[in-house]
Order: sequence, then structure tokens, then C-alpha cells
Amino acid sequence: MAHDHDHHHHDHDHDHSELSETQLRVRALETILTEKGYVDPKALDAIVEMYETKIGPRNGAAVIAKAWTDPAFKKALLDDATKAVNTLGHVARVGDHLIAVENTPQRHNMVVCTLCSCYPWEVLGLPPVWYKAAPYRSRAVKDPRGVLADFGVTLPKDIEIRVWDSTAETRFLVLPMRPAGTDGWSEDKLAELVTRDSMIGTGLPKNPTELKS
Amino acid sequence: MNGVHDMGGMDGFGKVEPEANEPTFHHEWEGRVMAMVRAMGANGGVNIDSQRFARESLPPEVYLASSYYQKWFLAIENQLVERHMIGADEIAAGHSLHQSPPLQRGPFTLNDVKRCEVRGSFGREPQGPAAFKPGDKVRAKNINPVTHTRLPRYVRGHVGVVERINGCHVFPDSNAHGKGDNPQWLYTVVFDARDLWGDDADPTLKVSIDAFEPYLEKL
Repeated sequence: MAHDHDHHHHDHDHDHSELSETQLRVRALETILTEKGYVDPKALDAIVEMYETKIGPRNGAAVIAKAWTDPAFKKALLDDATKAVNTLGHVARVGDHLIAVENTPQRHNMVVCTLCSCYPWEVLGLPPVWYKAAPYRSRAVKDPRGVLADFGVTLPKDIEIRVWDSTAETRFLVLPMRPAGTDGWSEDKLAELVTRDSMIGTGLPKNPTELKS
Repeated sequence: MNGVHDMGGMDGFGKVEPEANEPTFHHEWEGRVMAMVRAMGANGGVNIDSQRFARESLPPEVYLASSYYQKWFLAIENQLVERHMIGADEIAAGHSLHQSPPLQRGPFTLNDVKRCEVRGSFGREPQGPAAFKPGDKVRAKNINPVTHTRLPRYVRGHVGVVERINGCHVFPDSNAHGKGDNPQWLYTVVFDARDLWGDDADPTLKVSIDAFEPYLEKL
């Protein structure tokens, strides 16, 4: 059950009837668009499948792991993330205007879209519900430490917090700090430490001890 | 427009609630809505800015009470009706009842899916030199258009610093309303949280927006 629905409907029967009404209306629209020859339903199936199976945060994690192990790539990524990612054979191509922002001991970056839901789909997949919902969109630019607390993350009091509000077609990917105790790790193994939230800035990478060996 | 979508800095929406192991879609229809919007956008039935404006234009109580993909659905349906691509009678019947104008780039078929994997570019040839450079102090203009804009309310009237130039891009304020690309320089502008929220703000916080040149004035 989607919790975004639960927020707004206390009566469960009402919730179900409303959902099925939406479902019927969506089906009707698809029928109309198909009958008009605007869309081929098989092409819609392929788009859904693409986001369910192919495009997701594993792409971003591979980029971060590469940056952690290859200083030249890291520099290229921070200079022009689109260009840098597109030099990687093992990561799907990304479009223009991708910007990577680096976390350091002095600065923590967090990404939001206060106006809608802008998010780097190509490297992180479709955004989670919380990213698109009012609590995050309203508070991230005013009380990011409070938001981080909701995620169970506490940062040093004096670290600068930089929030990037995605108000245009630029898209931001946070480059988190490489966890200690990972010397000599392969890119593949490092990528397992990179969580989706650590690339949005609402989380940190996993600790090496959190990985199942 | 000064709608409820412009949420930066509002209070009272409660805690952020991450969902463990969240699925890509919570209902099958959500995927269909996402795919229809992508398809109609890719082949020229709607554009990203007009879609955003259609979502912002939903009645506030509907916007706040609807899930994300419900908003996408209501907005695409409204927009297709507005553009005479579908009729209210067809929605009621659940079938196509009459002829509609063709999509700019023709029907969306399997051959078009690959194109959706990579975002299109919003960069355009500059119409003139950039007015600002990194380090410039700028004020976000106090504008309140009833049409689409990407200048959030919480920065209007406030002074920030240009940090980077992101090139020249399609101007959403024009593109949302069928007025073409009207390319404008795009800047990352950084604000100190105390300038935005007052003396009680987190002193370690800086917030940036990406602002089109017409949103800014030099100090």
C-alpha cells in the first residue's frame, strides 16, 4: 500500500474505491490514445520495463565507485559530469546538464526540487515517493539538518550544508566521501557501499562493516 | 504562478517518511501514466514545461491530496483536452470517437523507446553575451507572474552570488506557454540561509537555485 495515499485517506474502503477509479480512468486514457494511434501499448510496456529493470541507482553507484578509485575520472566528473559518465562503457549514457557535487569534511551537499520533482533519472532511476512529497520539498531548503534527522543522519555542527534546489534542467548527483577502511577495494565492491540516498545527500554511504561478506 | 507547488520553506507538512525497499511503482497504473506522459512528450504532444504548468494549475486541494502519479494523470488528461487531442466525450466513453490532430513526431512506437533512455538537451545557442559572471552579486527579482515560472518564491527579493554559468537553456516561462525556446543564460546562484530565513536560520546553510537571466538583476 502506498503510504502517499495513506496520508490523505483515513477510510480504507474509500481509498480502495478511489484507487480503482483512477485505475479505470488511466486505462480509459490509454485506450483512447492507442485507438487514435498516438501510442503503441507495447512501447509503453517497454518504458515501464526500462525503469523497473534497467535504469536505477546502480548506475549512479558505478559512477561514484569509479570516482573513488580513479582521481583523473573524479576530476573529469566534477568538471563535466555528463561528459565523464559518457566515457564509461559499463554505465548507460546520460544526457546533458548533469552536475556532480562533492562532499568533503567541510561541506555536505543535498539535492531537492522544491517546485516539482526534478531528479537525475538516468543515474538514480525514478525518484522515491518521499523525494516528491511535500515534507521533503518544503523543509530541505530551510531545515536540512532536521530532514537529515528524519533519515537518522547527524552531521558535525560546523560542517557547511549546501542545498541544491533543482529549479532548471540541470541535474545534480552528490559524490559522497569514500568510507574509511576500504583501501584496495575493487570498484564493484565499493559500489555496494553507495546507497541511493547518499547520492541525493539525505544519507551516507554504508560502512564496510554493514556489507555482508 | 504562486501555487501550492512552490513549497520551499513552508511549514507544517510533517516528517519525511522514507519507505524501506520502495518498489518502482506502487500500482500498475502508475507505470502506465509515467509511460504515457513520456511518450506524448517525446513525440511532441506536450512538453516538459507545459506539463509542469498543468500540474501546478490543478486546484490546490487536489494538488495536495493527490499522489504524485495521480497529479501526472490529471494534468496530462487536462492538457490533452485543452489541446483538442482528446475530448471530454471520449474520456466519458473510454474510447476514441473522432479524428484528432497528429503528433508532431508521429505515433510513439517501440522504435522511439531507446530515445527516452537519455534526456534531450535543453542547451541552445546564446542570443547574446551572459550578463553575469561567477562572483557577481545579484538580486532575485520580485516577480509574481500568474503563468509558469521556475523562480521559487522563497528567493524573490533576496541577494545571492552567482557561482557558475550553466550555459544557455530553453526558458521554461516561454516554453510552457507555446512561446518557443526563447533561450536564456542559466546561472547557479547561492544564497546564505540567514538572508532567506532570518537570523534564526542555520548559520552553516547555503541554498542555491538555478536561475535564468531574466530572473536576476545586478546590484
